[in-house]
Amino acid sequence: MKKYISILLSFSILIVSGVLSADTLDTVKSRGKVRCGVNTALAGFSAPDSQGKWVGIDVDVCRAVATAIFNDPKKVEFVALSAQQRFTALQSGEIDLLSRNTTLTLQREVGLGLLFADVIYYDGQGFLVTKKSGIKSAKQLNRRTVCVQPGTTTELNLADFARNNKINLKPVVIEKFSDSVNAYIAGRCDAYTTDASGLAAIRTTVKDPDAHIILPEIISKEPLAPAVRQGDDKWYNIVNWTIRALVTAEELGIDSANVARIARSSNITQNAKRLLDSELAGQIGLTRSFAYNVISKIGNYGEIFEKNIGVNSPLKLERGLNNLWTNGGLQYAPPFR
Amino acid sequence: MSNIFIWGRKNLYPTTGQGIISIAIVSLVGLVLWNFLPWSIFNAVWVADNSDVCRQAGGACWAFIWEKLYFILFGFYPAEERWRAWLVLALFLGGILYSGRSKSWTLSLIVVWLGLVVSMMLLLNGTLLGLPTVETSYWGGLVLTIILAMTGIIFSYPFGVLLALGRANQRLPVIRGICVSIIEIIRGVPFISLLFMASLMLPLFLPSGFVIPKLVRAIVAVIIFSGCYLAETVRGGLAAVSRGQYEAAQSLGLSYWKTMGLVILPQALSKVIQPTVGSFISLFIDTTLVVIISMYDLLGAARAAASDSAWLGFAREAYVFLALIYFAFCYTLSKYSRRLEKDILTKKVH
Repeated sequence: MKKYISILLSFSILIVSGVLSADTLDTVKSRGKVRCGVNTALAGFSAPDSQGKWVGIDVDVCRAVATAIFNDPKKVEFVALSAQQRFTALQSGEIDLLSRNTTLTLQREVGLGLLFADVIYYDGQGFLVTKKSGIKSAKQLNRRTVCVQPGTTTELNLADFARNNKINLKPVVIEKFSDSVNAYIAGRCDAYTTDASGLAAIRTTVKDPDAHIILPEIISKEPLAPAVRQGDDKWYNIVNWTIRALVTAEELGIDSANVARIARSSNITQNAKRLLDSELAGQIGLTRSFAYNVISKIGNYGEIFEKNIGVNSPLKLERGLNNLWTNGGLQYAPPFR
Repeated sequence: MSNIFIWGRKNLYPTTGQGIISIAIVSLVGLVLWNFLPWSIFNAVWVADNSDVCRQAGGACWAFIWEKLYFILFGFYPAEERWRAWLVLALFLGGILYSGRSKSWTLSLIVVWLGLVVSMMLLLNGTLLGLPTVETSYWGGLVLTIILAMTGIIFSYPFGVLLALGRANQRLPVIRGICVSIIEIIRGVPFISLLFMASLMLPLFLPSGFVIPKLVRAIVAVIIFSGCYLAETVRGGLAAVSRGQYEAAQSLGLSYWKTMGLVILPQALSKVIQPTVGSFISLFIDTTLVVIISMYDLLGAARAAASDSAWLGFAREAYVFLALIYFAFCYTLSKYSRRLEKDILTKKVH
């Protein structure tokens, strides 16, 4: 059934993708806000708080793009999407930007006609088990049950891992994240598998975090990146250079607290000047001060990371691969010149 | 003391066989309570500023429900406009109380509910009343569930009756054929696939950027789906009305609509009150399926509340709370239908 739906969907997407060619920036400007597709609820990435305000790292990417265009982080309309809905929503023009913890893959770019911007979060799939189970390595999972969410690359990776290592895993497929986690905690599965960020999040919520361990094997690469439709290069540039501005600002030591002082300072470095007062931004339809606006209103990449998922947030994730390249991570933005 | 003993002896242990069943059931209930009560009451946290307090305690975290109450009730509805959502809940409660009086059980009740649901929507949207506009994508929580269920019930009922009349009509084969195919096709697919069609396929066939609000798509899907099931229920009622009633109406020279409206339908519909309300209850519960098209109805809002990183790990509390709300609604509905049936049967037995 699921296969049937996805075949049907990809056909209809092919039919439609030829039709869409309108200038996304014009559409966004005349509408007065960016329509941004986010996850219905994933802690730290996009979830509503008690007041119904969206919070998370994916959400802040949407706000950053809105600020780059309108100089106002509020000019976003968040469209919550399930894993199955996300690509159709982008293809049909319901949203302008998909910022929904989505793994960049070849199939999604060439098969679905998407373009992924720079990676927001480098993730990888791992396993969570209880200490009691005595499992020390993912290869010991033979004949064990593993809880997994369907319709994601996670499910496919698990199957690949089992095949490659000739392990006979018993996947227990549960649609919703929290239900799936509860099944693991209640002991219905011996292990839980999802991206390492998700595993860390789960560990913070259980009663006794030390009773669970994350196995050393990371079985996949999951670069999570925002996506746009193919065929509108200017819009792609806007999204991409907004993200690069966030990373560059962190690299240059510019954050929301000091950006005003640095911009006014007489001995501003040339790199900082090119970022905060960009002569070239006009060519993609943005103002010279778009990066300044984004950094002063949203913060730089490091600030966004720490606030939403960093070690001082409830999710307590290390920067790891998501550190700047100068600190041994992979976050590296091309120069603003 | 001896009274209790006699009562117990009479009701729980009349024979050995039944006594064993009683003991098994009582001990099962006891076992469930033995495990449930410490979690839900004795170790529960009722008030807490943050989730750490709850996690230490190990019992249920009802403080979580308290913290998330507004989100579960109203979803993304803006805080400064929340009085409108409260008013909608009040209107709904008023409607229930009004319908509870047996004096109100006339055709005008449908008009009252239609007026209620229209005014609720106007109030929530606000544009026509000169209030700030709140688009349907911001409606959520209990309010959204009520709107979905009410519009579903009010519109699917006449739709279902019309379909049933069309199917029962022997003299217009084309209309009959159309009605039969609608009913059979819709009843042949699961509700989820209708919702998927409405939310995934429909946008692809519309001009780019042209967006029908998700709420409208979902409501239409609910009405069509529930209408087709109701049509079959009503058809059962029509078949149960004796042939003589039709012939009597015809010999009086009544037109088709008068025959149906004055003679046949009142009898047919009152025969099937219980299954009709059964359909309504399942419609009410089925509205939770809109979660899969990412709408924040009661269930969706509660699940989202359980994913807030500041309050992670309290999904169980959210589900228990939801179960109570859904039970209250469905129980009220079925209780109401029983009263309605009793009243109509005692009044109108010929």
